[in-house]
Parts: sequence; structure tokens; C-alpha cells
Amino acid sequence: MSGAGVGAQAASAAPAGAGAAEASSPELARSVAAAVPDPELPMLTVGDLGILREVAVDGDRVTVWLTPTYSGCPAVHEIRRQVSARLELAGFGEVEVRTVLSPPWSSDWITPEGRRKLAGAGVAPPRSGLDSQPAGPVPLTLREERGPAVDCPLCGSAQTVRTAAFGATACKDLYRCRDCGEPFEHVKEI
Amino acid sequence: MGFDTAYEAISEEADTGHRWAFGTGCTDPLAGVDTTVPDGVDCADLGAYCLMLGDDALIMSHRLQQWLASAPELEEETALANIALDLLGQARLLLSRAGTADGSGRSEDDYAYGRGEREFRNVRLAEMADADFGGLIARLLVFSTWRLALLSRLRASRDPVLAAVAAQGVREVTYHRDYAARWAIRLGDGTDHSRERMRAGLAAAAPYAAELFERTHVERRLAAAGVAVDPPGLRSEFDEVLGTVLGEAGLEWADAPGLPGLGRAPGGTSAQAGSIGQAGRDGIHTESMGYLLAELQSVARAMPGATW
Repeated sequence: MSGAGVGAQAASAAPAGAGAAEASSPELARSVAAAVPDPELPMLTVGDLGILREVAVDGDRVTVWLTPTYSGCPAVHEIRRQVSARLELAGFGEVEVRTVLSPPWSSDWITPEGRRKLAGAGVAPPRSGLDSQPAGPVPLTLREERGPAVDCPLCGSAQTVRTAAFGATACKDLYRCRDCGEPFEHVKEI
Repeated sequence: MGFDTAYEAISEEADTGHRWAFGTGCTDPLAGVDTTVPDGVDCADLGAYCLMLGDDALIMSHRLQQWLASAPELEEETALANIALDLLGQARLLLSRAGTADGSGRSEDDYAYGRGEREFRNVRLAEMADADFGGLIARLLVFSTWRLALLSRLRASRDPVLAAVAAQGVREVTYHRDYAARWAIRLGDGTDHSRERMRAGLAAAAPYAAELFERTHVERRLAAAGVAVDPPGLRSEFDEVLGTVLGEAGLEWADAPGLPGLGRAPGGTSAQAGSIGQAGRDGIHTESMGYLLAELQSVARAMPGATW
């Protein structure tokens, strides 16, 4: 998991949990939060996506830090709500979900398990290591796509072509396989 | 609820849940932020700068949204919706930051729905109505080329909020620029008809380009403080990128003189011009801005404070 970012220092400032609540383990809190599904990529959990940045437990109080995938990602609201609800159901008394935007999320943070789940659902996972963020001017990409071919998640062929740079959600684009002929979605590298 | 950093405060939803349109519960004031404005930075300047960049994104996003159900193909409609959503996300963060930085405590909704035309600080390129798809592509190419050059430099801002918004925005606008560039090539290198549409679109956008590189007093002071990007410094990258794309497209960039709103070149019609010496950053807009805001703000104006 990546660095804790802006919010991490805040954890120590949390007041002690109120009263008699059994001290709940940070492992439990983390596993409950990590299991929340993404509403737009329901085959993936928050943990698979790599957007769960930090979980801090103090008595029965838990604080969770999440990172949205895109500036305008509307799924964040639902994820926040679900994380709160599930942690309360798991017995935590006071749940606070905070957002951390720096450093920004990268598709490289999707776990190997998450990539397997995407492919299993017919969505090509993002290629790794294309997340270069040069300090200088950003180069144009006028024709060739960056990096190696996107493999078809249905037949495994590398003979695929991108048909649209933007898909049904902010994080995906559209491809078609030249071999099996099927169209499929692909999680964009950012 | 208190926040430990400015960044948390503006990104914190505080469980209001839905904040995606007027009236759906966005009433949460932002709190506890002034302490994180970097030393030596004027809070009012920082707020004004956030409004400039936020208004660029908000108004451009609205123009893109007007293409929904009008784009030539479903794929393009999806693309334009995605680009509009990215820009709306950037606008929300920047407008929220403006309210915390300038001390007014105004929310993103207050800024988007409660201001009059003269209070909007977007460049006039963002508000232009598009004559056709070629016009949209030309404008999006110019806008995203300029904004990407700006955001890539803003990543080094001393203000941690602006730096974070820029770092995410660079990844998004990279896609926007590539999208516009590819379409520009496809249309420019297409039929006589498509080339003419692109040419006309570029000619329509050109008079609004000079304004992108003008430096306001706010930007001058904040650039000196290491917070803002100095607009004239974006020109060379802009020219190079546009030259590359238009070269591939078989098109030319007609470097038009700035509109007289900037006090540089006389001429232009009153509908285009605004008053001498001022432009979008000063709240001087074109005729089309009033119509745009009338649509954007109509529900909020008709039913102030309504929720559902």
C-alpha cells in the first residue's frame, strides 16, 4: 500500500475512544473497510483498487483515509457511505472517513488480485508502469498507444485495437479484439 | 468538524452524501483552513486565483455538457461527458478552495450558482458557444493544450492544495488534449468539408487565445510567491504543441490579434469585445456568457435554498 499522505499525521490526534467498548483491532477495521465494493466496478473492492490509504483505530473510534480515482469520480460518495455503514455494523462506535488527494491515485495501485478479478469479469486490467509523470511538458500521444498491447480478457489475444478513449466510467476506455471480434472495456492507465 | 490540513477540509464531504447538483444537500461549510495558506501568500489573491482556474473548468464543463444528446456518435458523447466530468471535479475542488482561502467561507455552490456574470473570472475561450463539432474540437484543443501546460507547472506550487489538484488534473487533461488533437488531425486531414469546419473553428477560437497568456496582477504576485503559474511563460509550449498537431492535420494556426477587451488591438464587434482593457479574468465576458449562466443557474435562482 502506498504512503499515508496528508492525513496520516492526524491519527495520533484522535481522542481516546469512549468508555467500555471493546478495543477493536486495526486488522478488523482494515479488512471491513477494504471489503467495500466499488459501485462502478463492482467486481473490485476498495482494497483491490488501492484507494484505501490508511486505517487508524483508537478504542472504538476508527478513521479511514480514502483517495478518489478521478477529480470528478462520483463513486467516492457511495464508497464513503458504505465504509461508514459497514464499520458501524462491525461494532465501531465512531467512524470518520476522510479523503486524501495527494499523491493522486494511480492505476498502478490496483493489486494483483484486483487485476485478476477485472480480467475474470471481462475487463482488461491496466498495464503497469505506464504511470510516468515527468516534471516537464507532457508529451502528445497522437497515434500509437503507450506501452505494450492490451490483451483481450476473453481470448487472450494481443491483437486488439482501442475503439474509444473514453468509456462508460471515467476510469475505462473501449477496445475490440481483432481475433475473437469481441468488444471489451479496459481500465485506463493514469 | 475540524480539519488538520487545507486539503482535507476541501475534500472532506462530512457525510453530506450527495453534492452533485443544486438542491441535493450541499450545505456543508468548509472550516479551519486559513492556517495552511503558505507564508507570505495573500489570502485574497489565492482565493481569486482559485476562482480563475475553477471558473475556467466550470464554464468549459458546462459548454461540454451542452453537447450531450447532440454529439455525432455515442462514443463522442461519452468522451465529451467524461471530459466535462473531469473538469467539473476540478472546478469543485478549486471553488471550494477559493472559499476557504479568501476567508469568505463560501461554498462551491455559492460560487457556481450565486454569482453574477461580472463576478466570473474564466477566460472567454471557455464560454464560447460552438458552431459545430469542428468548432468544439478546435476550442477544446486550444483550451486543453493551454490548461495542460498550466497544470503541469502548477504541480510545483507552494500551495499544497493547488499542487494536489494540479497533479490529478494533469493526468486527466492529458487525455482531453490527446482526444482533441486526434480529432483535429482526423478532421483536418479528412474531406474538404471537414477541413473547412476545423479551419473555421480555429479561426473562431484564435482571437480568444491571446487572453490566455495575459498576466493579471493577482497572477503576477502569486507567481512571484511560487504559488501561481505565470501565464506568458506558457506560450512557447502552447505554440509547439499546437504546431505539431496542426502540422499533422494540414492546418494552420492563424494568430489573431487579441480582442479589444485586453486593450491591445482595436476592432471586433461589441458582442465579442467587452470593454477596452479588461477581459474574462476581470469579469468582462462575451454576450454568450449571460445565456450560459442563465441556464446553469436557473434552478438555483428560481428556488433559492431548495433541497430534494
